[in-house]
Amino acid sequence: MRLLPLAEAIASHVRDGDSVALEGFTHLIPFAAGHEIIRQRRRRLHLIRMTPDLIYDQLIGMGCAERLTFSWGGNPGVGSLQRLRDAVERQWPQPLALCEFTHAEMAVAYQAGASGLSCALMPHYVATDLERQPGAAVKMLSCPFTGRPLAAVPALNPDVTILHAQQIDREGNVLIRGIVGAAREAAMAARRVLVTVEEQVDRLPAELNAIVLPAWIVTAASIVPGGAYPSYALGYYPRDNAFYLAWDTIARDRDSFTAWMQRYVLGVHDHAALLRTLGVAA
Amino acid sequence: MSAAGYSRDEIMTVTAARQLRNGAVCFVGIGLPSAACNLARFTHAPDLVLIYESGTVGARPRVLPLSIGDGELAETATSIVPLPEVFAHYLQRGRIDVGFLGAAQIDRFGNLNSTVIGDYARPRVRLPGAGGAPEIATHAREVLVVMKQSPRSFVPALDFRTSCGYLTGGGARRASGCPGAGPRAVITDFGVLRPHPDTEELELAALYPGVSAAEARAASGWPLQLSAALETLPAPTAAELTALRTLEARTREAHDRPVRIPLPAATRRLTEELT
Repeated sequence: MRLLPLAEAIASHVRDGDSVALEGFTHLIPFAAGHEIIRQRRRRLHLIRMTPDLIYDQLIGMGCAERLTFSWGGNPGVGSLQRLRDAVERQWPQPLALCEFTHAEMAVAYQAGASGLSCALMPHYVATDLERQPGAAVKMLSCPFTGRPLAAVPALNPDVTILHAQQIDREGNVLIRGIVGAAREAAMAARRVLVTVEEQVDRLPAELNAIVLPAWIVTAASIVPGGAYPSYALGYYPRDNAFYLAWDTIARDRDSFTAWMQRYVLGVHDHAALLRTLGVAA
Repeated sequence: MSAAGYSRDEIMTVTAARQLRNGAVCFVGIGLPSAACNLARFTHAPDLVLIYESGTVGARPRVLPLSIGDGELAETATSIVPLPEVFAHYLQRGRIDVGFLGAAQIDRFGNLNSTVIGDYARPRVRLPGAGGAPEIATHAREVLVVMKQSPRSFVPALDFRTSCGYLTGGGARRASGCPGAGPRAVITDFGVLRPHPDTEELELAALYPGVSAAEARAASGWPLQLSAALETLPAPTAAELTALRTLEARTREAHDRPVRIPLPAATRRLTEELT
């Protein structure tokens, strides 16, 4: 594990054309890292994330992505992701290829990737129209023991998985508390693991069964307080639900979206400055 | 708010809540399903077990979450499990009594579309997509659907089938081997639809007070059949309305509270120097 400033961590670990998974299910979404990818103008990324959320809406709208693997592409509790819609419906700012799963499928796809398997298996009953699309990722087979139908979901192995977590200790072990989503599986499936954390501590306050990524699994880490904002970090700050509601209006129009990104992401040099400009930093 | 002293949204939420028996294990979606489940918990079903797909098992939120993974759910849960577990150990293993779903389109057999309007490759409207819905629809012992009725949402044919109801009806779902029983009720802003016991076609089984069958039928894109035992549902009680409005007021207050993140002094100084 190398402790690096975020800009350096992104510059040295995320390349144009990489498959990149910024995980964290509603909680601990690595917004600061995503914004840094936008500032460094990465291109042709294959974005992977169960719930693209606002951070992928921003990456897609800024032209960083050519492909999206996902399982639910909405603004949670609010509605649609307007930039994702614009890219799919009107190819703005560029076409976006979709690889679409259900949550359950994508969760086992990460698990397979994390376990060194080429695919994961699920029971299969009724074909959905998702499976009937040309080039659908899921394939059918029958169980060699019972003969019952199974769905095979191909493993996901991102080039880079990026997570936000609460704490890192002096050795570089990372503690994730609260809703973990498929963060652990996405990290174990990846070729490189970048982590941003709220703070560094001498000793992790970890229960024996806590979710801790060992230092030698983590490629690089950066200390970024508030790095999950406007999502949240349990024990540090709550989700800014008002911002998620406001985003629907900001992102609905190409010009207001571009102006927002210019002012709050491209126009500031780091995440602390973004939080100050938004008036969130105390 | 109507002259009746409650809105259609309110009677819809109250009616959905009444479908839940105390002690049932529910897989809860965000929005109206979450409001209905928590209203039930604060009224007749205090021991309802709520599982949100974010992995929060046994959540007892004091305010309604905006997202499926709000901190309120994590802080009040019995346990939080990784996402692959909530789908495999709880849903796929058959441990969920009731799954709650909404969608953009429903057909007469309760099949649901939450993926696209128009063609999948060139959609007119790209919707959020599947999420947990297909597996909830398949594995939950029974499903409740909550949707506002209109000819655009209650359609003769889906643009895309994301989640299965009774497929083509007449036992097709059972024959497919699907473990769950399928949609037991569709709660709308006019009343409740239930499947016919033989054909499994959804028919109007109950209306809210003051709502006519003609209005409900006009708001359906397929010729909605009336159940032989069409009934009128009771209006929300004062206790139900108070519980719902108190919960919603608490929620509004919590969501309006501004978020402030204290930055460590070192970060603050650095930022001030550079900006």
